[in-house]
Amino acid sequence: MSLLEIKDLSVRFQTNDAEVRAVNNVNLSIEAGQTLGVVGESGSGKSQLSFAIMGLLARNGQASGSVMFDGQEVLNAKPKVLNSIRAAKMAMIFQDPMTSLNPYMRVADQMAEVLTLHKGINKREAVAQAVQMLDAVKIPDAKGRVRLYPHEFSGGMRQRVMIAMALLCKPKLLIADEPTTALDVTVQAQIMQLLKELQRDFGMAMILITHDLGVVAGSCERVAVMYGGRIRETGPVRPIFAAPTHPYTQGLLDAIPRVDQQDEELHAIPGQPPNMSRPPSGCAFSPRCPYVREGCDTIDPPLEGFAPEQARACHAPVAEIIARQTRLQPDADQPAAHLGDGPTQAIPRGAVAGAGAAGTPSTVEGQQ
Amino acid sequence: MIAFILRRLAVAVPTLLLLIVFSFILMHMAPGGPFTAERALPPQVIANLEAQYGLNDPLWLQIWHYLYNIVVHFDFGPSFVYPDRSVNQLIAAGFPVTLTYGILSFVSAIVLGVSLGVVAAIWHNSWVDYIAVGISIGAQVLPNFVMAPLLVLVLTLWYRLLPGGGWSFSDPSFWIMPVIALATSYMASIARITRSSMLEVLGSNHIRTARAKGMPEYRVIIRHALKPAMLPVISYLGPVFVSMITGSVVIDMYFSTGGIGKAFVDSALNRDYAVMMGVTILVGALTILFNLIVDVLYAWIDPKIRY
Amino acid sequence: MVIDEQKMKSLSTKLVQDEVRGRSPWADARKRFIRNKGAMLGLIILVLVSIFAIIGGYFAVWSNEELDFSVMGQVAQMGQPSFANGHYFGTDNLGRDLFARVVQGTQISLMVGVVGAGIAVIVGTLYGATAGYVGGRTDQIMMRTVDILMSIPYMFVLILLLVMFGRSMSMLFLGIGLISWLDMSRIVRGQTLSLKNREFIEAARATGVPAWKIIIRHIVPNLLGVVAVYATLLVPLMILTESFISFLGLGVQEPLTSWGALISEGAGTMNYGTLWQLAFPLFFFVITLFGFFFVGDGLRDALDPKER
Repeated sequence: MSLLEIKDLSVRFQTNDAEVRAVNNVNLSIEAGQTLGVVGESGSGKSQLSFAIMGLLARNGQASGSVMFDGQEVLNAKPKVLNSIRAAKMAMIFQDPMTSLNPYMRVADQMAEVLTLHKGINKREAVAQAVQMLDAVKIPDAKGRVRLYPHEFSGGMRQRVMIAMALLCKPKLLIADEPTTALDVTVQAQIMQLLKELQRDFGMAMILITHDLGVVAGSCERVAVMYGGRIRETGPVRPIFAAPTHPYTQGLLDAIPRVDQQDEELHAIPGQPPNMSRPPSGCAFSPRCPYVREGCDTIDPPLEGFAPEQARACHAPVAEIIARQTRLQPDADQPAAHLGDGPTQAIPRGAVAGAGAAGTPSTVEGQQ
Repeated sequence: MIAFILRRLAVAVPTLLLLIVFSFILMHMAPGGPFTAERALPPQVIANLEAQYGLNDPLWLQIWHYLYNIVVHFDFGPSFVYPDRSVNQLIAAGFPVTLTYGILSFVSAIVLGVSLGVVAAIWHNSWVDYIAVGISIGAQVLPNFVMAPLLVLVLTLWYRLLPGGGWSFSDPSFWIMPVIALATSYMASIARITRSSMLEVLGSNHIRTARAKGMPEYRVIIRHALKPAMLPVISYLGPVFVSMITGSVVIDMYFSTGGIGKAFVDSALNRDYAVMMGVTILVGALTILFNLIVDVLYAWIDPKIRY
Repeated sequence: MVIDEQKMKSLSTKLVQDEVRGRSPWADARKRFIRNKGAMLGLIILVLVSIFAIIGGYFAVWSNEELDFSVMGQVAQMGQPSFANGHYFGTDNLGRDLFARVVQGTQISLMVGVVGAGIAVIVGTLYGATAGYVGGRTDQIMMRTVDILMSIPYMFVLILLLVMFGRSMSMLFLGIGLISWLDMSRIVRGQTLSLKNREFIEAARATGVPAWKIIIRHIVPNLLGVVAVYATLLVPLMILTESFISFLGLGVQEPLTSWGALISEGAGTMNYGTLWQLAFPLFFFVITLFGFFFVGDGLRDALDPKER
């Protein structure tokens, strides 16, 4: 049995203006010790997916479906059940280390309370363990710094504190929601390296949520690509990166600026991510898709397996997409610019995956 | 922390001195005062004033005397109306009364307001929330001078439950209406502020982190949400304090409780400027002191404020 | 009875963001405002009360100063509200027509509220915009002055002034207006600081537009949202302040009257069985305050929509 088994998970938000369908019928599973990358643009629902697993949706959010963790149903479970799992067996690192720590509490107290809560040890012992963990995430002078307040740490150091705090109880599963988005590029690499090492040392499974394909390639075994609240393509990292079988994945990979090609233009995916309070009928990607065909705007393709461990949701045949891919590679033609049905817009910031663009807001407010 | 307090005092003390000087100059300019000889004052009063300030001295020397007496002896000088009373006596008579119902109102407004606000925020969009919002919106339009007559109408004239006025230190039934009248609108404001700041805090990232730690919700609220949610309330306490003192004027008038508000209104009607000055300066001093306490409290809660 | 500082700050941040994105906050706001039932109700109330204040006088059978000798001495029995003798709201204790007096009180209270808020908004906006725009030492001194003024017990000083220099309407306007500009100046200064370094201001400065012109032409118009919300919420506070002073008998003087004075009179006579003398002025006072609060809150929520 898998460590985490997600079935038909959907998340809806009621806002003043409309219902936002942030996540739609997602199925995923992850084995113990494995790393799964979840990739998508801002607003693709990946953060809300992770909040739903942890039971941390905003007040106006409602999840349906099933999430089995370690043989136990955790979706919409009683607070008592959830609280015995959170941090102890399933921990989470948040996107924005600047605001995710309590600014009014010393780091020592914030970390110690996790241990006193789940392990029932006394405060002094808990602080000692917290210091050890801060050492493990390579915070210099952990013993002295544990008495400080969060604002006295730099951004990278705060994220290390967050990681240390999440690992205190040696959880079986770590969900990292864009752990490096808010950080400098050099710090990003350090943090990812650190996460990889810790995962190996502790033998835990990890869900890495990111919009950065480079990060996924470097640290994940499997990847799920999300768009418009659905998984569009999933499978082991290697085949997906070598030969993406979904137009969206292909677009994302093309959008990574490459130094080795004499190519001055950025290959952005034209158009904007869909507004999930008014999702397009049919396939949500169809308005931006270069392979769009009859039926795309009426029938949303289901996620279907087509090779061992690989699945995709697209009406276009695999062969066509792969053929296009190989044809595109040498002369880097603009794949989509003349096919987009809307006016070709400036590069949408969120579409340039891998460029380390701004983080995605993880609260759902009324779409304006 | 001590440096911080000293720095605040360095602003507070000159402010207070400025208020005193300004008041005295005002008193000097006012028509009908002893300094303009427009109104015939009792000879005894003139003599008292002569002894206190030296009416023929230059203005700056008179100011100096006034200032000196207040700062060193805490003496606000003689009354302009009652030859045998000093301002201190007139104020001192009412001060304990004002203090009693003032503190009671202040504390009950904070305790009830904060509780109501927190409860409303926790059960956001439930009937508790709607009741709390309803109460706080309703109480907004019921300031002390509206509450006072309404309370008397219902509790005294209709149901004859409580005495309609007067004061007794030994009988709390005299305290109830002044406290309710004074506290209601501030309780509502505090509830509103608490509710909105609590809602904001409960939606913030660090609360999500706390929830992800597997803490029961009540502990999340007590340990992580309450402190930051209190910051806007604390900065509102200064204005509440001032408005409550101001409101005591209405309370004293309407309920005949005999606090310093009564001294103020009486002296306003008698044109006893010395007493009015005294009350104003005293209230100013209390305000400044209270703002200092609020600042210290704020700095103590929020570690990001550098002293 | 307070303007929520936090919400004002959030509003001001939101409006600066909109300005930078080059989006007008007003178009969407109007839609949201119209959809807000509370705010629309408030607006209707305010319109009705204003109409009452403006044309109510034409329907009055009695003037506000006339004494009706037929009810004098037996107000509790004869002075009740009645259409027969033309006293729609009854009479006051002296036999004066309460309808005419409430009309007049409404005029005065609304006027004091609007003029007082106007003074506060103008002084506060100019002061805050200047401090924020000029910056540096001037800003330091100006804001420190505001800090000092904040710790003065205004109501006492205002009463002091009214007693010493006579009770006049202009003194009342000025005094009430000058009490409330301090908060306004702080909010405006904050927003000016965040507007100041925007490109369009820099462009104006680079082309040699004098500072005062930039403040009037570019800074002040961009403050409009915050100022409008603040002003709407300030009017009821001004009405409250005036009523407070009039309740103490230190505000407007007979034969003029205001809600505060009428409430005070009504409260003084209520144990003689003349409850209508309290009820009518109180009713207008309460619904008008409600109206202003709802419109102000609605305006703010329309300009800064957020789940609350």
